[in-house]
Amino acid sequence: MADFETPALREYPVIPHLKRDATAGLSPFVAKPEHQERLGFPGELLDNWEDVAIAKMGELLEKYRALRVYLDSCVKCGACTDKCHYFIGTEDPKNMPVARQDLLRSVYRRYFTFAGKYFPRLVGARDLTREVLDEWYSYFHQCSQCRRCSVFCPYGIDTAEISMAAREIMDAVGLGQKYCNEIIGKVHKIGNNLGLPGPAMQDTLEGLEEDIKDDTGIDVKLPLDVEGADVLLVTPSADFFAEPHIDGLIGYAKVFHQAGISWTLSTYASEAANFGMFIGSYENMRQVSLRIRKAALDLGVKRIIFGECGHAWRVAYSFLDTLAGPFDFLDPRYPVPQHICEFTYDLIQRGALNLDRSANDHMVVTFHDSCNVARASRMGSMPGGQFIIPREVIKASCNNFVDMRPDTIHDQTFCCGGGGGLLTDDLMEIRVKGALPRMEALREVQQEYGVTHLAAICAICKSQFAKVLPYYDFPMDMIVSVHQLVSNAIQLGTKE
Amino acid sequence: MALLDIVYSLAFYAVTAVFVLGLALRITLYVRSPAPLKIPTMPAPLTKQGVALRMFREVAFFESLFRSNKWIWLFGWVFHVALALVLLRHLRYFTDPVWSWVVLVQPFGMYAGFAMLAGLVALWLRRVLLERIRYISSPSDHLMLALLIFIAISGLMMKFVSHTDVVAVKAFMLGLIRFDWQPMPHDAPFMIHLTLVMLLMVIFPYSKLLHAPGVFFSPSRNQADDSRQRRHLATWARDMEAN
Ligand code: SF4
Ligand code: SF4
Repeated sequence: MADFETPALREYPVIPHLKRDATAGLSPFVAKPEHQERLGFPGELLDNWEDVAIAKMGELLEKYRALRVYLDSCVKCGACTDKCHYFIGTEDPKNMPVARQDLLRSVYRRYFTFAGKYFPRLVGARDLTREVLDEWYSYFHQCSQCRRCSVFCPYGIDTAEISMAAREIMDAVGLGQKYCNEIIGKVHKIGNNLGLPGPAMQDTLEGLEEDIKDDTGIDVKLPLDVEGADVLLVTPSADFFAEPHIDGLIGYAKVFHQAGISWTLSTYASEAANFGMFIGSYENMRQVSLRIRKAALDLGVKRIIFGECGHAWRVAYSFLDTLAGPFDFLDPRYPVPQHICEFTYDLIQRGALNLDRSANDHMVVTFHDSCNVARASRMGSMPGGQFIIPREVIKASCNNFVDMRPDTIHDQTFCCGGGGGLLTDDLMEIRVKGALPRMEALREVQQEYGVTHLAAICAICKSQFAKVLPYYDFPMDMIVSVHQLVSNAIQLGTKE
Repeated sequence: MALLDIVYSLAFYAVTAVFVLGLALRITLYVRSPAPLKIPTMPAPLTKQGVALRMFREVAFFESLFRSNKWIWLFGWVFHVALALVLLRHLRYFTDPVWSWVVLVQPFGMYAGFAMLAGLVALWLRRVLLERIRYISSPSDHLMLALLIFIAISGLMMKFVSHTDVVAVKAFMLGLIRFDWQPMPHDAPFMIHLTLVMLLMVIFPYSKLLHAPGVFFSPSRNQADDSRQRRHLATWARDMEAN
């Protein structure tokens, strides 16, 4: 499979001993000049990159209070040291959240604080050198921006913010990450991460309609670019082709069908994902978000609903109004935007869906809380709705549901290992190792309750698990979409 | 008035100025830098009142730290609560007449000194003995603990070993406040204590002690979860939109 060892699942998770520089050499492919320039970044590393980097850091400190407060406030208490899945999986001390922050903090201190300018050794301040830059490039791409560390820090210091800033600085000096930047370029140009053009989408959707018809005998539509539809559905483009994502998409379509609500996808805004967040670029994140605004205006819809995707839901829930609002042209009776699980949950509550749980009796299901849904957004009207609603949707669709260990779910959930722009083959080692704590929790419920399936509401989680599960001797198709369960259970032709 | 008294008196004003101005500047910087995006760590309270409550739990009980690690929580919390009591107790050297609630705190404050010392020593042991925490520590992290420990020890010595003339201490302090300088007691524990405290005050605005104001400005803790209710827009983002 690969030239690294898959970590052994441990029976009792213990805090590992430090293995210095265990993953120091692990870094993703560097963006090519064309990927960089499309986003307005220098094509390759600038000659005066040190000056540009420091200037950029200064600019970010002015623009983001979080960055300055987080860099100033850490007391090195160590509470976060054992909280990162990448540290647990790699044992590399620089993957401890505070140590990861320190890679940037040491430079911040040197150039922006009194103590660091005059007593660098005392406070661990460092000059910005090529070695430091390389270290940034490695370790800030070994952070999935999952925010787990932030939950446990007494000051809420969020390493995700630090790694976003670091990536933005690296982009500004011409050292971007290929995977993220290439993808963002595709969204700007074509409208989705895959670069899937309109006609191809149309084909795919028609194919799915036929599949549903063959399966159920019912004409369920997957409409594209329909003006005047009530709902614009924005979903990760992986939903159009990947497994098990596509089964989720079929699930959404069936829900809309049974509820009798008109909806449409858009070719212009055919992507819920927004990798602008991963690279910390407000501007790129905004441009991607504005596509959704434009599509909603052009199609004249009343509501916007997002499909199953973790970071997309964070950008949508927490940032969309900021980036592309105000959305006063939409129906004020519905929150903007809504999550597909909120939508389905409401319908279930109102008795508008006919679900037969026994359709999923061949499964014992557990649920993986995706980081960005759990720790960076919400569903429903009360705090913690993001934990309750997807579980309620699952429980309404299947009889056998169990949760994993309490310290691995809800806001303490462990990242799948592939978030934050790490879902690329060149980072397979970190992805596999970072999945360790989640795999351990999964093994536990597999052994104890005979869990057969792991449900998720994030395109990245689903792709990551499909790839990583086999490394830990779980079947690849163990991972399912939440709306795939709904899709199995829904009794078409009984309510409409 | 000996020369030493004059030197200490002047130093006291200088140190206070550095402490107050340095902190004020830093806090102004925090207040003025925008938080352009809503990034509370969820689940977060939906309202401002809810945020105030979350912040109170965080500051008074170290809620997140408690969830994280019971040992660090125990040592850190004991140290901070004891420090608060000790500081309150010290008010009696700066006020005349002494406020009645300070009198009530007095007996607790005295023993809190020991608790504070114990907490600090425990925190330092962790920092030295635990591989992970040793790894993330800079020299300044050790020195900071050393400084606090020596402050605690010198303070306790004044009370329990070589008794300092606290009446004279009080006269000295009140004299400083009222710009009517008085001599200070020239005994070692007191002078060491005062010197170290002044050192701490100078370091405060330029060190990790900024966590004290910082916690109130942490967007992951001080923002309400209301991004679907009202539009949140930073000034620089508004300017960008206008272009
Ligand atoms: S945000 Fe997640 S991946 Fe990054 S340091 Fe924190 S725990 Fe690790
Ligand atoms: S928990 Fe927070 S304050 Fe403590 S070491 Fe980690 S980042 Fe620093």
